[in-house]
Amino acid sequence: MPNEYVVEVNDLKKYFPIKSGILQRTTGHVRAVDGVSFRIQKGHTFGLVGESGCGKTTIGRSILRLTDPTSGEVKISGVDIGKLKKKELRPFRPKMQMIFQDPFSSLDPRMPVGEIIGEAVKEHNLVSRSEYKEYILKVMKDCGLRPYYIDRYPHEFSGGQRQRICIARALALNPDFIVCDEPVSALDVSIQAQIINLMKDLQEQRQLTYLFISHDLSVVEHISDVIGVMYLGSMVETGTKDDIFKEPLHPYTKALFSAVPVADPDIKMKRIILEGDIPSPSNPPKGCKFHTRCSQCMAKCKEEVPVPKDMGNGHIVSCHLYD
Amino acid sequence: MEDMQTKNQQEQDEFEQNQVILTPGQLVAKRFFRNKLACVGLGIIIVMVLFCAIGPFFSPYGEYEIFYIDNETGKEVRMAEGGVGGSNMGVNVKAPMSSKHWLGTDADGRDVLTRIMYGGRISLTVGIVVVVIELITGVLMGGIAGYYGGAVDMVIMRLVEIFNSIPFIPLMLIIASVMFAAGVLPQYKIYYIMGVMGILYWAGVARLVRGQILSLRELEYMQAAEATGIRTSRKILKHLIPNVMPIIILIATMDMGGVILTESVLSYLGVGIAWPYASWGNMVDVVNQSVILKNYVNIWLPPGICILLTVLAWNFIGDGMRDAFDPRMKR
Amino acid sequence: MADKNQRQELKKIKKYNLKKYREYNKQMRKKRVPESEYLTKMKNPDNIIEFDNLQSYFYTDVGTVKSVDGVTFDIPRGKTIGVVGESGCGKSVTSLSVMRLLQGPQGQIAGGEIRFNQQSTGRALNLAKVSMKEMEKIRGNEISMIFQEPMTTLNPVFTIGDQLCECISLHNPEMSKKAVEERALETLKMVGIVRDGILKNYPHELSGGMRQRVVIAMALACDPQLVIADEPTTALDVTIQAQILDLLRDLKDKINASIMLITHDLGVVAEMADYVVVMYAGRIVEQGTADDIFHHPAHPYTIGLMKSRPMLNQKVDRLYSIPGNVPNPVNLPEYCYFKNRCDSCVEACSGPYPSLVSLSDTHKVSCHLHQGEAAHKKQTGGKQNA
Repeated sequence: MPNEYVVEVNDLKKYFPIKSGILQRTTGHVRAVDGVSFRIQKGHTFGLVGESGCGKTTIGRSILRLTDPTSGEVKISGVDIGKLKKKELRPFRPKMQMIFQDPFSSLDPRMPVGEIIGEAVKEHNLVSRSEYKEYILKVMKDCGLRPYYIDRYPHEFSGGQRQRICIARALALNPDFIVCDEPVSALDVSIQAQIINLMKDLQEQRQLTYLFISHDLSVVEHISDVIGVMYLGSMVETGTKDDIFKEPLHPYTKALFSAVPVADPDIKMKRIILEGDIPSPSNPPKGCKFHTRCSQCMAKCKEEVPVPKDMGNGHIVSCHLYD
Repeated sequence: MEDMQTKNQQEQDEFEQNQVILTPGQLVAKRFFRNKLACVGLGIIIVMVLFCAIGPFFSPYGEYEIFYIDNETGKEVRMAEGGVGGSNMGVNVKAPMSSKHWLGTDADGRDVLTRIMYGGRISLTVGIVVVVIELITGVLMGGIAGYYGGAVDMVIMRLVEIFNSIPFIPLMLIIASVMFAAGVLPQYKIYYIMGVMGILYWAGVARLVRGQILSLRELEYMQAAEATGIRTSRKILKHLIPNVMPIIILIATMDMGGVILTESVLSYLGVGIAWPYASWGNMVDVVNQSVILKNYVNIWLPPGICILLTVLAWNFIGDGMRDAFDPRMKR
Repeated sequence: MADKNQRQELKKIKKYNLKKYREYNKQMRKKRVPESEYLTKMKNPDNIIEFDNLQSYFYTDVGTVKSVDGVTFDIPRGKTIGVVGESGCGKSVTSLSVMRLLQGPQGQIAGGEIRFNQQSTGRALNLAKVSMKEMEKIRGNEISMIFQEPMTTLNPVFTIGDQLCECISLHNPEMSKKAVEERALETLKMVGIVRDGILKNYPHELSGGMRQRVVIAMALACDPQLVIADEPTTALDVTIQAQILDLLRDLKDKINASIMLITHDLGVVAEMADYVVVMYAGRIVEQGTADDIFHHPAHPYTIGLMKSRPMLNQKVDRLYSIPGNVPNPVNLPEYCYFKNRCDSCVEACSGPYPSLVSLSDTHKVSCHLHQGEAAHKKQTGGKQNA
């Protein structure tokens, strides 16, 4: 089945309460994720782009139930993750993994590399005791780690190698689906390329499905098959890579793309420079959330929330310009 | 070109494999022993412990043995030798330093040096026992509060605040008089004191540990542990506890000095260990008599110095530990 | 046995470090440094800053880290120079050396000159030797700095007005309070903040982009000759980064200062810089005009950097990646530091570190691949002259 969807997210919402006063009463909500839906096909990469505070990390964490979503449905390989009890969830954990942004805080400083990678393998009894060491070494080799690293501690490694260890930890559990939360943004440019290549190779070998979260458009373009653009907790545009990059429809997507500096002094692109800042997600603007910064804002935008529209080939945009 | 690259890789492998690797624990130890003051502190504590633990075996005298003196011959007589009841016998009080009594005798005619050894046993034991009690309760309560959060956290933290607002010295004075009224034997009194101190001190520890666990819980490797589906018990034992260990060790060393000091204050006030048993605190107590304060420095200064050295040494160790655990704190 | 050797080695390092610390402290304690010690002559009077074989070392417990090791380049007046490199390549240390903000006594300028063309007095100073008192006058006044993190640059307990006015009046003590305030508003307007009561705002009341604008205003408040921008947009979002870059480019023409732009992002450099310096492991591997570097890169590292960055709207199946890691900064090898990661290694690479050779008037590279080329050029050039 080529069109098998590994991940299905329907109308996912996550609100964080704002508490104030002595009695810690809830006085409002930060709408980190406000009704997001998307699907990811097996073996594909879904790139989630957006600026800081737009809720992309929260989506990743809600999908893995590292935080409990406020409402909405998350299905992974057909199982509704949100309905499972904590105990029932545990056996499912190996199938969905996460790679974190900061390679320095994502490894326990007091554990040798071998144990970091193998801890959960033992926990879930994925391989027999006699094959254990061989298995760990094989995973390490797949991730480009030298076998003698197994007894070393994280503090001896550079950022790139630490990120390889993180990937190895996720991979050792033989997952179907990996959430990659800005896995390369803390790394140097030359190391970024290594990690991206590694992730692509592993995807091919193991038919992995990625949710790739990043603010770096060029990286997302390189690695993704389908891309979703987020603004202030909502998805403003979704579509295949070619659709989104060749003919972006939403004004925000256009501005986002033109903001990326190009490493060529001759290309001084005509920039669409967005005025102002991102509004606070605790008090988002009425109507279309983007209207405060949009250059093509109409009267309608300030009142009505735009409905997602399919412009063909799964290219979905939420903007009144295309009504 | 391929050859060149594999050669390069081999070179690097060789270089890396030959590097000496240290575990985080070894690194901490290395940094600790590089700190001279910390080493001095450790040395003082070791000497003190040996002095107090083994010293009494080499001393020919008992802890509260009173020496008598024949007023006619000027010869010192020990109780065991008998014949101390005679009218010519007096107590050998405030004897000067001599080869028999290296630090002289005190106002009750007991050997000062021997009493310092026995007193040290009490002071050091109090330090260790109180710290152990406060750590066990504090780490447990702080750990529960920090890990589970919510209502549990709320209750425990309010409890901590209540404990923090109990005035310590008045409470100790009350407890002392209650014990007196209940007829507790003097040699057992100190155990009650230790217990009460340990229970009173846990609040500070709990607050620190809770803060530490709260910040650890948000770190990405804890999230990763959650995401890989590791059991809660393993998460606590393998990830949380080893990472709060530094702060626990730090509190332990830092508090050790404080507790010893408090014990001396209590003994000085007469609340702590009681006559005839010795502790450094009640040995310094004699300075209340101005004659002794002025003329018999040998009686009160040595235990005073012992207190000072021990507390100082624990503080040096604590400082060294802090720098060793977190090199960024040092500039 | 190895352990013993190692311990002896460490002892030696410690002794050496102590010696260096003592020298440094002695130098720092000196109240007055005679002018003759730091007055120099500019090689070219049109330059604001000339780095001449600058060496900034950190004396650590495991050995000497040569963060900047023999860096030579000029910053011409009114131009923007981009310093590119990965973390730990010494680009920030270079800028801190100019400001004399290295954390002593561990970090010190171990050698070389930083010649500064001081306009106000018409002198040329060697900033590496200047007394701290003299430096305080230069810092923030004639050379100012924009840091990466706007939140940590601004003091959270003072208002924007307090901080900006303090900065202005400190360097212009004769100005009246009103004049200072007017000047503050003027600079804020220059960076695009036109808002009533902005002077009364606290930093936390502003957004990240606004804060960075305030930081830039502070840097520009005293009409500096040189602005050092250390990763000014790295902490910002893409759309905000575009705003700030636009602003900086705009300001570049308005003010007559030179800008030293330090960044790891080649895109930012391409947009802003006239000249580019590429650093690797404390040394310059290539330098030239933006055109030289981006259109005719010569050093394998520069080429690798460009290729390893995915570009928008350019499809590649697989990114080029530079293998391996940045070398350990302690005990760097004798040969080219990039040798272990280079895929166009030749025999000569195992030899001594390649010297910087000129490919053209502006373009210099330090690589054995081009050593012959340059020599060849010299020869033919020489013949023509004869």
